[in-house]
Amino acid sequence: MAILRNNSRQFGVLASVGALSLFIFAAAFSFGQTKNSCVDCHSALPAPEGVTQQMFSQDIHAQKGLTCVSCHGGDASSDDPTQAMNVKAGWKGKIDRKQVPQLCGSCHSNPAYMRQYDPSLHTDQLSQYHTSIHGKRLAAGDAKVAVCTDCHGVHNLRAPSDPRSKVNPVNVATTCAHCHADAAYMKGYGIPTNQLAQYNTSVHHEDLVARGDLSAPTCTTCHGNHGAVPPGVDKVQNVCATCHVFQAQMYDKSSHKAAFESASLPGCVVCHSNHAITHPTDAKLGTGPEGVCMQCHSRGDNCDQARAEMLNELTQLNQAIKNADQALAEADAAGMEVSEARMAQSQARDALTKARVAIHSFNKVLVDQDVQAGLKVANKDLQVGRQAMVERNRRRAGLGVSLLAIGMVLAGLWLYIRKIES
Amino acid sequence: MTVLAKVRSWLDERLEWDELIAPLRKKTVPLHRLSYWYFLGGITLFLFIIQVLTGILLLLYYRPGANQAFESVQYIMTQVQFGWLIRSIHSWSANLMIFTAFAHMFSVLFLKAYRKPRELTWVTGVVLLVLVMGFGFSGYLLPWNTLAFFATKVGTDIAGQVPVIGHPIMVFLRGGEEVTGATLTRFFGFHVAVLPGLVTVLIAFHLLFVQRQGMSVPPKVEKEWSADPEARRELRFFPNFMLRELIAWYTGLGVLGALAALFPWNLGVKADLFASAPAGIKPEWYFLFMFQTLKLIPSKIWFMDGEVLGIMAFGLIGLLWLLLPFFENDRVARSKQWITGLSVFALAYVIAMSVYGYLAK
Repeated sequence: MAILRNNSRQFGVLASVGALSLFIFAAAFSFGQTKNSCVDCHSALPAPEGVTQQMFSQDIHAQKGLTCVSCHGGDASSDDPTQAMNVKAGWKGKIDRKQVPQLCGSCHSNPAYMRQYDPSLHTDQLSQYHTSIHGKRLAAGDAKVAVCTDCHGVHNLRAPSDPRSKVNPVNVATTCAHCHADAAYMKGYGIPTNQLAQYNTSVHHEDLVARGDLSAPTCTTCHGNHGAVPPGVDKVQNVCATCHVFQAQMYDKSSHKAAFESASLPGCVVCHSNHAITHPTDAKLGTGPEGVCMQCHSRGDNCDQARAEMLNELTQLNQAIKNADQALAEADAAGMEVSEARMAQSQARDALTKARVAIHSFNKVLVDQDVQAGLKVANKDLQVGRQAMVERNRRRAGLGVSLLAIGMVLAGLWLYIRKIES
Repeated sequence: MTVLAKVRSWLDERLEWDELIAPLRKKTVPLHRLSYWYFLGGITLFLFIIQVLTGILLLLYYRPGANQAFESVQYIMTQVQFGWLIRSIHSWSANLMIFTAFAHMFSVLFLKAYRKPRELTWVTGVVLLVLVMGFGFSGYLLPWNTLAFFATKVGTDIAGQVPVIGHPIMVFLRGGEEVTGATLTRFFGFHVAVLPGLVTVLIAFHLLFVQRQGMSVPPKVEKEWSADPEARRELRFFPNFMLRELIAWYTGLGVLGALAALFPWNLGVKADLFASAPAGIKPEWYFLFMFQTLKLIPSKIWFMDGEVLGIMAFGLIGLLWLLLPFFENDRVARSKQWITGLSVFALAYVIAMSVYGYLAK
């Protein structure tokens, strides 16, 4: 028994030391961590109430030190649900959709508060939202319209620069389409739901997604984001002009501007469409299926003649560039040095681009100026290519004569060797 | 008395010309079934002379400098009368010269012409081959085009990998930490002043040794001739062998002219220091076997960097190659077989790795 007593005393001492060690270890491990009882329970709940630590740790707010309490109130330090979710502790529960913009704005509209996280961040999102279709409808009591969390996400919200963010340029169209492509959800609003399908066929989508050009336009580029509205008929060219500056300048001086405005036609969209903008070709000036002029103009009228002349000029320059390219490529393949002319071809291509831009002025003289400048360069390069091939043939003829002379010397040497050795 | 005879008599009075060329008259070249290999050295010399002549002509218009080099070569190719021909011949001749120098080296190996007493001929020959490759490396950069720029960057990077002395060597070659216009000026200096001087002196010694010792006869032929002294045949060096050599040179001239006219050497695109390297950048064909080997070596071998180990191995092999004749002992037949076996392996390795490097992406 004495032995047993002694052993149990030793065991008790060991157990005490072990428990103390565990306590110290646990205390050291949890040092610096703030208790968040919300996640303890909510990580076990199904969606939409379920929020795991892993999910919340990805959220930019969590990374900046905010917690559940920052938005939902309550006492996250208490393990007692009645205390943690006590109204007296400021608990707000699930945020009502109509309250979301105001709640987000309580921080995001406060420049002094936001400056500590990112001094370059805008703080006018809420005021912009109030001017948007979404904001106006929400104020009118329509809870179906988008609020902050619909586009930015909630509990795993990421910075727009993060490719996983719902508002990253590459993901914006899909985010908007979440509602706007849902015919059942959009029923009653009287707007089409095929924008995403059309946008996915556009040159803008190709640039953004296929070529990875993050400056290529997506929904928010034309419609705005927080202040999203459909551009009015008279504003379309202003939207397009943010990128297509020269085309817009030409269009502003053209006769089409006044004509379209008086007929309430939406500028650029008349010829190029809106969401399904494809890469424009010269065929738009033609009379085939891609042609757009004949939608309004009649065959044989003055405008039709001008259209035909401009198309002819563009085709002529395009062909001249191709001919010069071909001649120079042939000369290059033959080993002739034509790199200077090949480089000069970029001037001809620039002239063609300028002429295509000048089409938006619908002024033959302006188009002709650029086309003639391009033709001058392309024709000169064509001559360089052809001249190089003439030179190549001359060299070959010279080689033939030289080889003949060398052959004769060789034969002479051989005969001389035979003579002196015989 | 003809004009030629008068000139000869005039020279003889002043320089004792007949006495001067007397050894050439007495000199003979062994004539046997492998004699045509003797022409390779002469053809390499001919191509070197072509290099000097065309190089001097190019110098009249070439301007070293990052802002002028490419444009001046472009000017030579397009504006200067027969400039295209001179530049193309210079480029083709450079490549053919390296090829014939390699072929000459292996022919010397297989015909066992490096043996005593010709060790120094071999040593000067191997050093000449290295210098000729240096000519190729330095000359490749001079047009200052994209491929040359990045090939030089890669080449000097490899030199920089050598432990301890690598970095100073790289900085010396580049004229700084990076390949810039300073590198071009430096390479131009190596190409037109340093290397020609060294090569000319070494060629003089190489030829002097050949003239003093005469042409080597392959052991097999020597054995046959010992067994049957009647079979021994010789050719007078002057004029018989010289006339045959002249035929080889003229043929070389024809080949050079044809290559230059049918496949003018491409100028490429001007080097852009800020552009990214084009995909699959490779050195000139004569460096491919070494480049491909370094690519295939694992990045880490035991505790050493694989590339560094490869570079050091090539350095060691080069040194042993230079001293190869000293490993062959007349008394030990096995060493002769060992060197022949090694030569076959080296030739097969260089060809296989070059082809692999050319085809590899």
